[in-house]
Amino acid sequence: MPTASGTTPELNFRTPDEQFEGQAPFESWGRYPNYDANVVPLHWQSDYPAVASGMHNGVLPVGMGRSYGDVCLLNGGNLLVTTGLNRLIAFDPETGLLTAEAGITLAQILDFAVPRGFFLPVSPGTKYVTLGGAIANDIHGKNHHVAGTFGRHVTQFELVRSDGTRKLCSPTENSDFYAATIGGLGLTGLISWAQLRLKPIVSRLIDYEGIQFHGIDEFLDLTRRSQDIEYTVSWIDCASTGKNFARGVFMQGDHSTKRDMLTPSPKPKLVFPFDAPGFALNHLSVSLFNTAFFHKQIHNRVVALQDYEPFFYPLDKVLHWNRMYGKRGLLQFQYVIPWESAREGTITILKEVAKSGLASFLAVLKVFGDVPSPGMMSFPKPGITLALDFPIKPDKSFPLFERLADMTREFGGRLYPAKDAAMTAAQFQAFYPQWQQFARYRDPQLTSSFWERVTGDRPGL
Amino acid sequence: MSQIDSTTPRKILVLGATSGIAEATCRIWAAQGARLFLVARNAEKLAAVATDLRTRGASYVDTAVADLDNTDQHPTLLAHAVNSLTGLDVAYLTYGILGDQAKAEQDFNTAAQIIYTNYMAPVSLLTWLANFCVQRHAGTLAVISSVAGDRGRKSNYLYGSSKAGLSAFLGGLRNRVDREGVTVLAIKPGPVKTAMTSGMKGSEKFADVDAVAKSIVNAIDKRQDTLYVPFQWQPIMFIIRNIPERIFKKLNL
Repeated sequence: MPTASGTTPELNFRTPDEQFEGQAPFESWGRYPNYDANVVPLHWQSDYPAVASGMHNGVLPVGMGRSYGDVCLLNGGNLLVTTGLNRLIAFDPETGLLTAEAGITLAQILDFAVPRGFFLPVSPGTKYVTLGGAIANDIHGKNHHVAGTFGRHVTQFELVRSDGTRKLCSPTENSDFYAATIGGLGLTGLISWAQLRLKPIVSRLIDYEGIQFHGIDEFLDLTRRSQDIEYTVSWIDCASTGKNFARGVFMQGDHSTKRDMLTPSPKPKLVFPFDAPGFALNHLSVSLFNTAFFHKQIHNRVVALQDYEPFFYPLDKVLHWNRMYGKRGLLQFQYVIPWESAREGTITILKEVAKSGLASFLAVLKVFGDVPSPGMMSFPKPGITLALDFPIKPDKSFPLFERLADMTREFGGRLYPAKDAAMTAAQFQAFYPQWQQFARYRDPQLTSSFWERVTGDRPGL
Repeated sequence: MSQIDSTTPRKILVLGATSGIAEATCRIWAAQGARLFLVARNAEKLAAVATDLRTRGASYVDTAVADLDNTDQHPTLLAHAVNSLTGLDVAYLTYGILGDQAKAEQDFNTAAQIIYTNYMAPVSLLTWLANFCVQRHAGTLAVISSVAGDRGRKSNYLYGSSKAGLSAFLGGLRNRVDREGVTVLAIKPGPVKTAMTSGMKGSEKFADVDAVAKSIVNAIDKRQDTLYVPFQWQPIMFIIRNIPERIFKKLNL
């Protein structure tokens, strides 16, 4: 699978004529499930669809494989890796409109844009995702309450179907395919290029403020008071109970308006070097981590100027941090619950997680705003979203996930496909009742292990 | 020490501009505002690369579609390129083919094709380019050879021998033109993650193409003679060159 640049390669006296044959494992970021697929890199827009035309057992375009579950996997099928499609096509420094091939990563876009005084309109927690992947999962960021999802800032793109038809998609042209492709999990066709509206900045720095909170009500209070701040997100301690229940750190920031050097980012240096053994993660170590993180912020309130890198991408500093969870991998769980039941639902689910003892290092709490997404299948909607990750313990994790997914459903919420490896077909179809309408836009040759799992079949094959 | 005047954009001719290493190198030059003349066989791919480099800040990008195996065309093509660039600071030869070793072992025509593309055609280009640079007492010829040329191995000796010939040619050419103010850089990459190597066994461990490109730009700026990239290949190839033949011939490399 593609790795980020800048790492020292292991030396390997390979002969250039040992052609790869047959199947290879392609891991998603959660490293679960494990599937083999025929992995074929795309380097030129003209490679597709010719390369896909002779393929059997289904095809799925994939980028950096940063989705956690199986939306970027196709068991026994063909994965077309798009990261070689990373060329720029046009940039207008007046409007900030950037057109690029869809395999370009957000890191590559930032390296180009930041020195020119522009930034991504919406950024997820890692910059190692492709433009196409960001559209296909209609990702969101810390500014969802003011900016909406990534798809809202995509002005147009080209969709190539496996039969060779090319569709220019925008809010006004092929608008049905535009809506189906944003959040369409890569199933409507290959996004060959896309145009994105970047936003102007004058500094690399973020005016940052971190505030401790105790409980969901304090979190909601802080959220209400920070409506005008562009970026807000919270880390929450999901291991503690009693008086420490739902304590956390509320983090907010704006792009600094003090003019500053706009330089490209240095390459990451730390690499998590090995798979951590299973015993390294248990309730005790997670509790210790969470307690340490909470008190890392010694003062109740911290104000600082911070580079955008640690603010947006704290984990990108450590390449392959997913190895921390060992070979068995991790499961992510992210819900959104609408306002009517958001407070009650969040408390109920946090209690269930604390009770299970399967705690998470990285619990992230955020409020989604009411800026609508153009995507038919997009995950965000107004309310509270919580993302948790857990090391996989087969006998315990999956029953817990099923309970949490059912609770989410009872509270009127839904789960995020990009972070999922466990929801059932019935749960998915209840969360996304529009899935049958969406299925009409699916490319007949394109499918994923996720799609097979949640629709119960492998259509068209 | 860098010999490059940073205020005037450099004039760079790239032969084989759609190769993965060439593209990564050109992105660095484009960001510096260089003037580029790009040559490749496939018009569609060449146009995509040229558009990318213009967007990244190249001050001038011109292209020509050509099959560089056609040596008769070389003088016209090179003269056109130099006119278009209004001069020449760096000529960068990056093209080559791996070829099919198994087939070449049985079929001389396959072997001859590898040798022609990787050795004969570069000799034709470099002869013209070296004479042009000697007349002006300036210029750098940066040429991608390979670690595979340092010692023949059973798994790829046709590719390797063509690159060995190229490396020896570059050494002799350097010896001739150095006193005329012309630099000849022989670049010897180990396996690099590019379109040429994608799908090969272990290719996820190959060198990162952006890091390789950075080393090449640096070596050109410093007017180096030889570059092993990544640098670990220099001691490795030193050892491999010095394994006694009676042992080497028993090895599976």
